[in-house]
Amino acid sequence: MDGVHDMGGMDGFGKVEPEPNEPVFHEPWEGRVLAMSRAIGVFRPWTIDTSRYAIESLPPAIYLTRPYYAKWFLRNQGLLLERGLIDADEIDAGHARRAGKDFGRGPFTLDDVAKVTKRGSFARPAQAPAGFKIGDPVRTRNIHPKTHTRLPSYARGHVGVVERLHGTHAFPDSTATGKGDDPQWLYTVRFDAQELWGADADPKLKVSIEAFEPYLEHV
Amino acid sequence: MHAYRFLGYMSPMAHDHDHDEGSSLSEMDLRVRALETILVEKGYVETGALDRIVELYETKIGPHIGAQVIAKAWCDPGFRQSLLDDASKAVATIAEQVGPVGEHLVAVENGPEVHNMIVCTLCSCYPTDVLGLPPTWYKSFAYRSRVVKDPRGVLADFGVTLPAETEVRVWDSTAETRYVVVPMRPTGTESWSEEQLARLITRDSMVGTGLPKKPSEVA
Repeated sequence: MDGVHDMGGMDGFGKVEPEPNEPVFHEPWEGRVLAMSRAIGVFRPWTIDTSRYAIESLPPAIYLTRPYYAKWFLRNQGLLLERGLIDADEIDAGHARRAGKDFGRGPFTLDDVAKVTKRGSFARPAQAPAGFKIGDPVRTRNIHPKTHTRLPSYARGHVGVVERLHGTHAFPDSTATGKGDDPQWLYTVRFDAQELWGADADPKLKVSIEAFEPYLEHV
Repeated sequence: MHAYRFLGYMSPMAHDHDHDEGSSLSEMDLRVRALETILVEKGYVETGALDRIVELYETKIGPHIGAQVIAKAWCDPGFRQSLLDDASKAVATIAEQVGPVGEHLVAVENGPEVHNMIVCTLCSCYPTDVLGLPPTWYKSFAYRSRVVKDPRGVLADFGVTLPAETEVRVWDSTAETRYVVVPMRPTGTESWSEEQLARLITRDSMVGTGLPKKPSEVA
């Protein structure tokens, strides 16, 4: 979706302001939100790209003004409600009113922590030979899906070069909306900055994206 | 943007001085507690397991891991090569020291000719297995929007100036591949041990917004 989250190349957000000796969490609730997000993951109730799509789907004014972990909270609560893991009357009451959904396992416990603090695995068996090889010039498609995609706007319709091949991975555009893994080849595609930003761009700058095969066409 | 930045700089006392923000933060605290209570009561999660996740990210999973990996690469040419060939595989060989590593970790090396920087313009993808959770600036709209277009301007915000002839290479993490920068080893450290070298390697130097400390800064 062409949302405000897709902000590569936008002007007007000001300077980057690093915070010296920044704590991992600024408020205790932030840590709890992160922990709940990870813990729920053990039930595999939705995919990582469904999570991203949910945050992208927040109203732009909310996306642009709410703190990072507040958006995670809205996402968690929204998806838990949508998938029927909790109910709205329970949110109103601040307590459970009925037993949880049965996932065929017990609760998330200390024994499960290591499973969710390691990054997930997204490699999947190839369904077809790779359509591109390292060194190929490619053009990114000018696509504007209404749902989740990982092809950023600034890199659509531009010519770059395939620099790396990462095997086949679950395809976010498909998994985000529950349409299955639909595994696709994943490439690093490198662009000259002048291709992306015009003749005035830094001639000594190159930018790459990770591009799934359906994002690309031969030049 | 105001709320986002404000959070990063807030101390607990700040509640007393900014009623709007203070009330919204305590509201977040209440809402997050309520959701946690519901998840526990419904049998999805155990509180102690959530505590453990927070503790891990606050104390165990952080940029000191990446610093150990980079210091080893600086000292051991064989390890450096395997890191550049397949960082997940290389880091897995020292998992006993540094903990588990996910798939598709990619290390990109800085040199006199090229300076690498990592971003996720679409959300906040970050090499958590070697750097822990991302700092607020990495997730900020200012960084995400600007670094793919004006990375030298972003570097200036961090007090870093590169030679004009150095190529800047920005890697936008738009898939489940995760990038980490191998910074250049400072001169004057030829006789240093891995433990000493690790103290030079900052988080920002492994994202590409900083350089390693000078030897005189830690001596």
